[in-house]
Amino acid sequence: MVEQPAIGDNDRVVVHRLSKRFGNVQAVADVNLRVRVGEAMVIVGPSGSGKSTVLRCMNHLEVPTKGAIYIDGVHLEDPKTDINAVRKEMGMVFQQFNLFPHLTVMGNLTLAQKRVRRRSQKEAEEIGMQQLNRVGIPEKARMKPAQLSGGQQQRVAIARSLAMNPKVMLFDEPTSALDPEMINEVLDVMRELAASGMTMVVVTHEMGFAREIGSHLVMMDEGRVVEEGNAAEVFANPQNERTRAFFSKIL
Amino acid sequence: MRPVQVPGAAAIETDPLGIEASQERGEFPYWLVLMLLIIGLFAYLTFFDPTYVGARRAILPGLGITIRATLIAFVIALVIGLIAGLGRIARNSVVRTLATTYVEFIRGVPMLVLIFAVALVIVPLLADALGFSNRLPQEVRAIIALALIYGGYIAEVFRAGVESVHPGQLEASRSLGMPHSSAMRHVVIPQAVRNVLPALGNDFISMLKDSSLLSVLGVTEITQQARIFASSTFQFREGFLVLTFLYLTMTLVLSLLVAWLGRRLKRG
Repeated sequence: MVEQPAIGDNDRVVVHRLSKRFGNVQAVADVNLRVRVGEAMVIVGPSGSGKSTVLRCMNHLEVPTKGAIYIDGVHLEDPKTDINAVRKEMGMVFQQFNLFPHLTVMGNLTLAQKRVRRRSQKEAEEIGMQQLNRVGIPEKARMKPAQLSGGQQQRVAIARSLAMNPKVMLFDEPTSALDPEMINEVLDVMRELAASGMTMVVVTHEMGFAREIGSHLVMMDEGRVVEEGNAAEVFANPQNERTRAFFSKIL
Repeated sequence: MRPVQVPGAAAIETDPLGIEASQERGEFPYWLVLMLLIIGLFAYLTFFDPTYVGARRAILPGLGITIRATLIAFVIALVIGLIAGLGRIARNSVVRTLATTYVEFIRGVPMLVLIFAVALVIVPLLADALGFSNRLPQEVRAIIALALIYGGYIAEVFRAGVESVHPGQLEASRSLGMPHSSAMRHVVIPQAVRNVLPALGNDFISMLKDSSLLSVLGVTEITQQARIFASSTFQFREGFLVLTFLYLTMTLVLSLLVAWLGRRLKRG
């Protein structure tokens, strides 16, 4: 058992000495991160650098091999922790959207509100409609996900998470499965979210976006954090050799 | 969105009659025309030829029992199959082991042997143990046998159905804070059932045909009626032609329904 880290009132997510192995592959090796309230952390790095695994550990979709995750001070890996209670305060947006295809857009937005937040149908629909307005597609409420474009589906997925009133939003490469012309409509929603003060952790390949909204940039390579700091400073003056090499390839 | 390949999805047959495949090849389904001619001829003989009157009158009364036994057994088999199918993929290893043993046991023994075993050994033993009368009617025993056997087959259909639902669906529901049971009930199982409807339809057709095996227990469904009629009158041709006509009509109608359902579901 690892020693408990110091956790301040302002620390929404603390990743403490996190390691994750898949068979013989060391996906994540001894990663420490801190996401403060209202901060937008952007994690970048080459494919296979372990950034998605770190994000998935934050919501217990992957169970760490070693180390610990604390959400608002609650230890996720503690067997006594009610994981559903923690998860209802966190939104997660996936690369493949993962909308429920058998439900309408509104059905997608209201299911967890009713089952988890115990809201009435009427209340859930009202909140669902607010969130659809926020992502700019209120007119799609009665459609099935398959009738929407990829960008619209991802915006519905974001609205679905927001309808739960989360304290932190996790984004796992939210634009990687989209056609280029649809990327911006999703990034616009995320920009608005960051500007509104939502605490966010974003794994992405969109460097322009990372530079623009990331208050805190984390560069990962081979399962480790190789550099982190204020996004503007890291972009302007990367200290680490591998960060420089990565930026020169991508930018 | 890119289509996602999921293991198990291939096991779910959606075009059993090959109608879609033949349409894609631009072929007219001539087999269907021939089949309708054969059924038409059999229907004419059954209903209008005077030499078939005896066979028709002897066999038709069994039709009600065939349909009733199949319907009741199928409903019970659906319940058993859903429970056993979910048991096959349960996280609890005891449940998983029990469900797998049941399914593999059923799949490893010929249906005829199972029908004898269930109706003549297992049901009397259970009735004894539970203090019921041992004199359950043969039709009830036969229905229990069919339901237990098809419960094992349908369990595999449901398992494949659940595995055909993309794992991201469960992850998305869990990430919204839904407990595992609630995510299964509201997100995974509705999609799984939809995916396996055509396969379940095919199992219903198989069961209708396999209900003929109940004749070995003396249940007076159509096959038993035909056997009695043929052996007492020596009108084998008449007896078995009427019998074949009845099965073929029912299965063809059902197969076309299943094929139509499969195409409708595919279109979404």
